[in-house]
Amino acid sequence: MSIKQPFEKVVEEHGGTVLRVCRVLLASHDADDAWSETFLSAMRAYPELPETANTEAWLVTIAHRKAIDVLRSRRRQPVPVEALTEEPTSLGIPGADDGLWQAVRALPDKQRQAVAYHYAAGLPYAEIAQILGGTTDAARRAAADGIRNLRRNYPGGGPS
Amino acid sequence: MNNTDDLFTTPADAGALARLHRRLEQAAEEEGLLDVAYRTVDSPVGTLLLAATPRGLVRVAYDVEGHDRVLDTLASRLSPRVLQAPKRLDAAARELEEYFDGRRRSFDLPLDLSLSKGFRLLVQQHLPSIGYAQTRSYRQVAELVGNPKAVRAVGTACATNPLPVVLPCHRVLRADGTPGGYAGGPAAKTTLLNLEAAA
Repeated sequence: MSIKQPFEKVVEEHGGTVLRVCRVLLASHDADDAWSETFLSAMRAYPELPETANTEAWLVTIAHRKAIDVLRSRRRQPVPVEALTEEPTSLGIPGADDGLWQAVRALPDKQRQAVAYHYAAGLPYAEIAQILGGTTDAARRAAADGIRNLRRNYPGGGPS
Repeated sequence: MNNTDDLFTTPADAGALARLHRRLEQAAEEEGLLDVAYRTVDSPVGTLLLAATPRGLVRVAYDVEGHDRVLDTLASRLSPRVLQAPKRLDAAARELEEYFDGRRRSFDLPLDLSLSKGFRLLVQQHLPSIGYAQTRSYRQVAELVGNPKAVRAVGTACATNPLPVVLPCHRVLRADGTPGGYAGGPAAKTTLLNLEAAA
């Protein structure tokens, strides 16, 4: 018989981290969608999750796939506009520093993902390599390149 | 926010997470994933935990039982897909509120008795036949279910009632009229008996 904790505890313990990850990966509204899709999928699969699994790495892996789905559907359906308007950005956390968010969003996918999973979720590079495919070293390099690019494009920023 | 450290470590705001949680509750219900929904309600006998499966109310638990422990048990015995989702418990919460206000004498709720089996289940199913403000002895209940010698087993059935208050095991007393044991503690049993006697 399973001795798994109630799913509510999983949401309670990891909901904040997964939201932070989604917000680094996606614009704010899309981040909410990715979070919702992630936890709905996780709830569906939860009874089959092995007892020994790292729950946070499992959730970040699902969030990674959901964020890719969201990005793909956005790129397939560009919204036509007559002229670009100067509207307040919806990138990242509402009210957060826009310049920083734009710098994060401007990173190549792999760098942004590695930065999100290492700095926002705190996953070790071995776990990140599993999510991204490729080696642990490649994951470490992607995160380092991402942080270097962030520092260059947003002076004063970057985890030390 | 002036550096990226904050970007990566600032906790997500509680308001956003609460809103996303409600969205998850609704989506899980629609997708048929909400195996166990729960909420708590305040009452004159302390905070009560209410839990329901899609079939009905499955558990009412007193504070002294340890709500976290009760939820762990539901996760292992029913399904780990347990979510705080108050909506499914709306009717149960309303009927309990009416009961504690003295405005309701019996409950009209779909019940899921899958946590009980055998003789215990039989006894628990008979409890609602003891009317509001009435009491029976353990022996009388044993006779009621056609097994007059099973006095001790009736006691066990009452002690393991998964739906106290709703299935009124508090109306079963010792032969000498003293309350006897109760999952919510003897004080809670007396409170319920006094409430019914006064209404």
